[in-house]
Amino acid sequence: MTSTTETRITIAPRARLPAASSWTLTIAVVVALLALLPLGFVLWATVVTGWETALQLIFRSRVGDLLVNTVLLVVLTIPICAVLGVSLAWLTERSDLPGARFWSWLCVTPLAVPAFVHSYAWIGLWPGFNGLPAGVAISVVAYFPFLYLPLSAAFRLLDPALEDQAASLGLAPFAVFRRVVLPQLRLALCGGALLVGLHLLAEYGLFAMIRFDTFTTAIIDQFQSTYNGVAAYMLALVLVLCCFVLLGLEASLRGRSRYARLGPGVARRPKIARLGKWKYVALLLPAVTAAFALGVPVLTLSRWLIAGGAGVWRLDEVGLALWQTLAICLIGGLATTAAAVPIAWLSVRRPTRASRFLEGCYYLASSMPGVVVALALVTITVRAMLPLYQSVATIVLAYVVMFLPRALVSLRASIAQVPVEIEQAAASLGRSPGNALLATTIRLAAPGAAAGVALSSLGIMNELTATQMLAPNGTRTLAMAFWALTGEIDYAGAAPYAVLMVAFSLPLTFLLHHQSKKIAGR
Amino acid sequence: MTFLTLTSLRKQYGSVAALDGVDLSVTAGSRTAIVGPSGCGKTTLLRLVAGFDAPDEGCIVFAGQQLADARSQVPAHKRGIGIVAQDGCLFPHLTIRQNIGFGLEAEASVKNARIAQLMDMVGLDPAMLARKPDQLSGGQQQRVALARALARKPRLMLLDEPFSALDTGLRAATRKAVTDVLTAAGITTLLVTHDQGEALAFADQVAVMRAGKFAQVGSPREVYSRPVDVATAAFLGEAIVLPAEVADGRAQSPLGVLPVDDIAYRGKAEIMLRPEQITVAQNGGDGVFATVAEINFCGPISDVRITLGDAFTFRIDISSRETLSAGDRVTIGVAGAAHLFR
Repeated sequence: MTSTTETRITIAPRARLPAASSWTLTIAVVVALLALLPLGFVLWATVVTGWETALQLIFRSRVGDLLVNTVLLVVLTIPICAVLGVSLAWLTERSDLPGARFWSWLCVTPLAVPAFVHSYAWIGLWPGFNGLPAGVAISVVAYFPFLYLPLSAAFRLLDPALEDQAASLGLAPFAVFRRVVLPQLRLALCGGALLVGLHLLAEYGLFAMIRFDTFTTAIIDQFQSTYNGVAAYMLALVLVLCCFVLLGLEASLRGRSRYARLGPGVARRPKIARLGKWKYVALLLPAVTAAFALGVPVLTLSRWLIAGGAGVWRLDEVGLALWQTLAICLIGGLATTAAAVPIAWLSVRRPTRASRFLEGCYYLASSMPGVVVALALVTITVRAMLPLYQSVATIVLAYVVMFLPRALVSLRASIAQVPVEIEQAAASLGRSPGNALLATTIRLAAPGAAAGVALSSLGIMNELTATQMLAPNGTRTLAMAFWALTGEIDYAGAAPYAVLMVAFSLPLTFLLHHQSKKIAGR
Repeated sequence: MTFLTLTSLRKQYGSVAALDGVDLSVTAGSRTAIVGPSGCGKTTLLRLVAGFDAPDEGCIVFAGQQLADARSQVPAHKRGIGIVAQDGCLFPHLTIRQNIGFGLEAEASVKNARIAQLMDMVGLDPAMLARKPDQLSGGQQQRVALARALARKPRLMLLDEPFSALDTGLRAATRKAVTDVLTAAGITTLLVTHDQGEALAFADQVAVMRAGKFAQVGSPREVYSRPVDVATAAFLGEAIVLPAEVADGRAQSPLGVLPVDDIAYRGKAEIMLRPEQITVAQNGGDGVFATVAEINFCGPISDVRITLGDAFTFRIDISSRETLSAGDRVTIGVAGAAHLFR
């Protein structure tokens, strides 16, 4: 009786795909192809090089050394970051640590300091500190917030009823943590660890400054000495393979499980653990972390600023660099967010296998290190499209490839909050599909788009590797100027640039923290 | 034999008293239901017994051991008390087998045998063991939650509205299954619910809770037919409350002279009848005359409003086989004694 009407109702929305969605899909596919350009380039370069030369260039002791360095760096840094991230997230979210909110902010703030500024700060204090120990130590302070952020959000989302239930089944508190809490943190741990790992593979400035060789630093050395050596391409190939290993590991560890809480209703607020007399011992952890992650940069920067005096603030140069940086951040941020709109809309409104696959392409493309993206775009423009070499268009494309997921995450969240009925109402009032989309969903998703622009700008501001290789002639961003000056051992002269980068990154970092709280529902 | 004793338990959340002095004793092997509207403090009471929260005042004694008072508490994991929560609260990251075996400490073969036995006990297909909780229906999840709690052979089982998230049909079937399993295992049970029908059907002892206190504790029959006050009467089911003049076990009321269950009382009082004591007859018979003011057909029964002159009006459900219409004159008969509120 009712079955016919029910069938009609469920089929109706799918029957006519609005013309807008086919256009959106086309644009999304084009952007995905552009994003996959660097990866395709590396594969093409390998084929062109020929197996024999390729094998010769890959299986040599230099590559072996770099591989050992990279593996040691990743294997040491990620577990330390994970332990630090879980401990800090637990202390700030689930214990009565004095000033938990304050510490929570401090745990995110290191992200406002570019990784190579961390490095600069450490060798400013300990000039002899280099090699693997320095690489691990500085990486931990620079990147642990990537684990802290998702972990603290995950702690807020945990349903405390599960922990009560486990206790009623006879588990002591530590066993509850190990068997119920930790498994539920797995998604956050895997995601955060992947992010840290990819940053370790991609980072140039941090490791170059402490003379620790990784694939990225080696590729840049190679690039600067021979310009387009085949050797650089083969190093890039190995680096890409390393990224794939990380991606594969993360995918297999993450599993397919759903961790959302079952059943209706709102979760009770988590119970807050009483630290009692351990309170002051526990305070040591965030305090020591903050001392290294924030105290060291603040100390070094203020020392150099005082030593340099007013003389280091050459207003013409600093002002120009600031202006150029802001311009490129804004252009890059807008372009990245605009490029993310089609796929964000598709993944919310038309979640099909195709849109999920496309989304995967964007994430894969953005996990390619900046040096690989830059190397690919340099070679392609020089060989095939010389007018585009070192043009604004090329560098913006590099930023789109590298930072699109940042814009995608914020956009998707805010599009999902706009009810589809509003879009349909606009269509019923005579707007064309594209027009309806623009007038309703896109308009209402504006706050998410703004956050997307801000977050990708944060990435662009602190990006050094690709910017250096791709920036148009005469461009000198804050990061580039800072790097050039430290290269000339003018640490005092570099300080104002670092201070400006931190000053402009701080509000964006806080936005990131705020957004992660919002996504977690608080 | 008293198995669980709660003595003047108090628990304050901010300025709100969730529990305002609760006393209860539960005998071994019995089933007790705590029933009350939402927010009356019944879940808080259960959380204190389970050991998830600590009381501000009062104490909990269980099988001769003091579990909690204001100063010290035995932690939840050392109490040996099982709990089944409203939504089952299965661990989403574990399979059904791992969920049921969660609290079991034994070698694999013993554990698997026990898990199979528990699945059989709660009437679930062993093929489900490899599934994740989100692949099960609500009723199945509740059975798994029960099996998981039973696995440790608890001496006391707490049920926190375990049936309220289920559909009406499934609710009765699941309740029956759970009751049978618990009875067969001889486990003392404490059920918390806001559904008075469920409480009356489930328990040997019912505690009616209101604003952090027990209004009445007694057998289901006692609290239903001899409630302490009008609010308790109305909470446990439809109640027709009449003003009356009482003397020598007889009450002069708008429904005529009725026997009451209190022969000592004299004077004005309120008396209560349950709807099943009342008969509505169309063609004469014993009783007082009344008028049908309004009738709503609801399928098998009809909801009728009856007035006795201008003084008194009440609603009652009658079988739809009676063909009444508004304005009809009817005779109201009463069976059994009315309950008197002192």
